[in-house]
Amino acid sequence: MLVEALALSAVLFSIGVVGVLTRRNAIILFMCVELMLNAVNLSFVALSTLYGAAGQVFVVFTMTVAAAEAAVGLAIIIAIFRHVKTVNLQNINLLKG
Amino acid sequence: MQPNLFHPLAYTFTFYFFGLTALASAVAFVTRKSPVAAAMWLVNVMFCLAGLYVMLDAQFIGAIQVLVYTGAIMVVFLFVIMLLNLGHVSDLLDARGKWGQLIGLFLGLGLLAEVMALNRHNTIERMIPPDLAAKAAEAASRSAAGGVIGPIAAPLFKEYLLAFELTSILLLAAIVGAVVLGKRRTNAR
Repeated sequence: MLVEALALSAVLFSIGVVGVLTRRNAIILFMCVELMLNAVNLSFVALSTLYGAAGQVFVVFTMTVAAAEAAVGLAIIIAIFRHVKTVNLQNINLLKG
Repeated sequence: MQPNLFHPLAYTFTFYFFGLTALASAVAFVTRKSPVAAAMWLVNVMFCLAGLYVMLDAQFIGAIQVLVYTGAIMVVFLFVIMLLNLGHVSDLLDARGKWGQLIGLFLGLGLLAEVMALNRHNTIERMIPPDLAAKAAEAASRSAAGGVIGPIAAPLFKEYLLAFELTSILLLAAIVGAVVLGKRRTNAR
């Protein structure tokens, strides 16, 4: 089942990339990043059946980083929403001057 | 790998069931317009992945996948979606134009082809040194007596102790950052 799990991980990661490239809603973009992190976690767990439990330790670290990233990212989105009243990335172009 | 109690055919069927459900839910997640529907499909993906983790003999990871990802992170996402009240028509039309979507699709397919070429069966078998696989199998059979959490906890608190402690600093920084960013400024300068 290792090859199937790694293939599923690759497909899920690519779906996440396509989501990041094609969507403009900032929150859905963040959720696509979470999907990519989940795909990487799946390949960690699949390979840990061969290489021992160290892969599962890294999954714990990845989940911690994902939680921190979600907290800070959503705080940034809320702070931006107070200014421009939208989460559509097309309308968030303050850096263009 | 520890021997599991599944019949091989039932194992394969359940594995493919969870995998294909995760795949279909991921496609639905990317294509939904409403953020709440997308979040619900993503929750479905994460549940299927938790099932796959259990089938790959990572029961503890499956449990914290449900607890942390679907129970905590996705709930925070739903809180923010509902706090910002994102349901207006102007917000729902968020996909890029036809060319943007085509370019995104082709980039995604190209990435998929690259990763699949790396993932082919013989590549994986070539990457694994034969003695390492034997060592890992030996270690897995030895640690089976320590339960499911023991083999994860031992390297976490011995080999990766520094990374574990740095994680706490990362979480503290994230909490402080989220509070500072989310705080409403009373006297705008």
